[in-house]
Amino acid sequence: MQEIYFDNSATTQVCAEAAAVAMQAMLQAYGNPSSLHKKGLAAEKILKEARRDIAATLQAEPEEIIFTGGGTESDNLAIQGIATTYASRGRHIITSAVEHPAVLDTCKQLEQKGYQLTILPVDDKGRVSIKNLKDALRPNTILVSLMLVNNETGSIQPVEEAGRLLAKQSHKIFFHVDAIQAYGKMPITPKNCGIDLLSASGHKIHGPKGVGFLYVRKGTRLKSIVQGGGQEQNIRSGTENVPGIAAFAIAAKIACGQMKERKEQVYKVKQAFLSGLKDLPNIHINSPEDEKGSEYLVNISFLGTKSEILLHCLEARGLYVSSGSACAAKSDTLSYVLLAMGLEREVIEGAIRFSFSPNNTEEEAKNAAVIVVEEVQSLRQILKGK
Amino acid sequence: MGNMYKLLMLRYGELGLKGKNKSQFINRLVYNIEYALKGMTVGQVTSTWGRIIVPVQQDMPAVVEKLQKVFGIYSMSPVICVEKDMAEIKKAAYTVLKDALPQGGCFKVESRRSDKTFPLISPDISRQVAGYIFDQPGAEMYEAEMYHPQNTVNVEVRDEAAYVYSQVIAGAKGLPVGSSGKAVLMLSGGIDSPVAGWMAMKRGVKIEAVHFHSFPFTSERAKEKVVDLCRLLSAYSNTPVRLHVVHFTEIQKAIYANCQEDYGITIMRRFMFRLAEKIAEENKALAIYTGECVGQVASQTLESMTVINQVTQMPVLRPLVGMDKEDIMDFAQRIGTYTTSIQPYEDCCTVFLPAHPKIRPHLSEAIEMEKALNVEELIAEALSKTQVLEIKA
Repeated sequence: MQEIYFDNSATTQVCAEAAAVAMQAMLQAYGNPSSLHKKGLAAEKILKEARRDIAATLQAEPEEIIFTGGGTESDNLAIQGIATTYASRGRHIITSAVEHPAVLDTCKQLEQKGYQLTILPVDDKGRVSIKNLKDALRPNTILVSLMLVNNETGSIQPVEEAGRLLAKQSHKIFFHVDAIQAYGKMPITPKNCGIDLLSASGHKIHGPKGVGFLYVRKGTRLKSIVQGGGQEQNIRSGTENVPGIAAFAIAAKIACGQMKERKEQVYKVKQAFLSGLKDLPNIHINSPEDEKGSEYLVNISFLGTKSEILLHCLEARGLYVSSGSACAAKSDTLSYVLLAMGLEREVIEGAIRFSFSPNNTEEEAKNAAVIVVEEVQSLRQILKGK
Repeated sequence: MGNMYKLLMLRYGELGLKGKNKSQFINRLVYNIEYALKGMTVGQVTSTWGRIIVPVQQDMPAVVEKLQKVFGIYSMSPVICVEKDMAEIKKAAYTVLKDALPQGGCFKVESRRSDKTFPLISPDISRQVAGYIFDQPGAEMYEAEMYHPQNTVNVEVRDEAAYVYSQVIAGAKGLPVGSSGKAVLMLSGGIDSPVAGWMAMKRGVKIEAVHFHSFPFTSERAKEKVVDLCRLLSAYSNTPVRLHVVHFTEIQKAIYANCQEDYGITIMRRFMFRLAEKIAEENKALAIYTGECVGQVASQTLESMTVINQVTQMPVLRPLVGMDKEDIMDFAQRIGTYTTSIQPYEDCCTVFLPAHPKIRPHLSEAIEMEKALNVEELIAEALSKTQVLEIKA
């Protein structure tokens, strides 16, 4: 059975180049970058080069890149770091209803500690409005955190406009962007968009798991959330994950170098998949279908099905996807992202996320569509009951 | 526990009552002990009258921990083994006392003599040992206390040697697994059924687990959870636990499509018992164990149980029948299955759960509804796709 992996927003296969670099760093350049001998220096050089390469992809300075243990840590560090460092300026934070839990739950935790939190609503395509953001701003607002590409729907937030709006304010409001689903897939230049902090992750772009970075604009102070040996400018202590960082850097370099070609390939895959579904009735595309949605994923509801069951039906045919909600008997776990978009319960219950990679082919997309049509029809038949 | 103890003495309580079958039970227990201690540095396990002796070269606490999961052991004591010579016995007794009460305290000496040729009777042994202890330099910190001693130094003079010890560690009690035959256990993955399985094993029953798997309506993770539970249960068994994963999907679909919604669970349970009985017969098992408990859910009312039970002639044993949910949860925590059981992967998909299941079903109605199904064919199909796994601790 042919396997088709359409769950690339969950994670991707590590590319051969990244795996080779990681292996080299594990077997040969295994020194600790903090060690004084040449084994340490060799590791430090790898680290330095990786930092330069990553910085170049954002047109940023190397010292603006702080390596972390992944996207979640980057989000936590950005939000907690700003909130604690600048608490004396104000304690109001703004975010949106469709953020990843790494952002949303961190903000809610701060709310419990006495910060004020505004959670912006989204429209039916999952986007916040600049007007709402503007209205939410207060004299004591210190941080706005928005994601660039939503992980469930692919909706692209108006980050540039938000950045411009924040830059116009009379007092400094830090702007954090969760770019975990966007980095390496669309051009981002933080300094041109008024972005002070930006989170990214290695394993979403064919790099390894357990490594990410936080871009921290020069001049932004950030209290660390882990204490220790003072690595990464004392913002993120702990011996650097040299193999992971080196592998992430090469994966990032390739992704950003081939950004246009990859985008075109993924677009073709997505279109081939969608056109294979066009005769299937009672489906609802939850993602924006224009330039306001990412080419890399699409969220579709198949009415009259349950997403978790459908996921397993597709899995049995070799097609791997994600479901928006679980059908566990005792827990009611409808997707909060789709709920925030105002979708009906029945629509959310049948929502599946298909997410693509340039490794996918149009051939796969056509086959996947055939499988989806067949499985949706047969599942609808079963669930219809008597 | 000082490292002067090189032997572990095991007692088997209930086994002693088994008359002529006794040797069979003891052989089974010795076999189970050997199985549990595989890979540990222990010597030949031997049984002498009323006791089992395990030589332990190192890591006594780890050996004790393993044996605490072996049913049939009443209690255990790390012992010093000496010649049947009073001078040796006295020295060993003092060593044991100093290890147990290094800061001093109240103690007594208790002796037993199963070797009746030994020249001293038990009270004299105790008296002489205590006298020796009080004669030692530094023994002023010890005091004799008959009724509430902090520690009891035990001396057992047996045919082969004398044993001296002070510690008595409780065993799992019950009967050795395998000594009471074999049964199947319906294992759902919830909190109750693993506890029922544990209780079966405690009474010496060897179990083979049966799980009903409805992929894609339930996930591979639900199955994996049951595999994990079998692994936990097999730590109490003397062999790997066999798990029969029944392909239940087509039955679920057929019931859903053809039967009245509120009877869905009644009929589903009837199929499960039919399948469990067939698997039991094929594997020479004599009974079906379940984690059912009266009144817990719709399928566990007396009316439901009657209608469901009607499909099998085999004894259906429900060791949890008199327990409250809270007690069962405590139990699951004690035997170590709770955290696995509460993982969120369900063994039955919500789509097949009726909103209002029948609490008092009627047998005649259930039978009538099943006429819409080809019961024999569905059972045969499910069995033909059943997967058997062997799960080791």
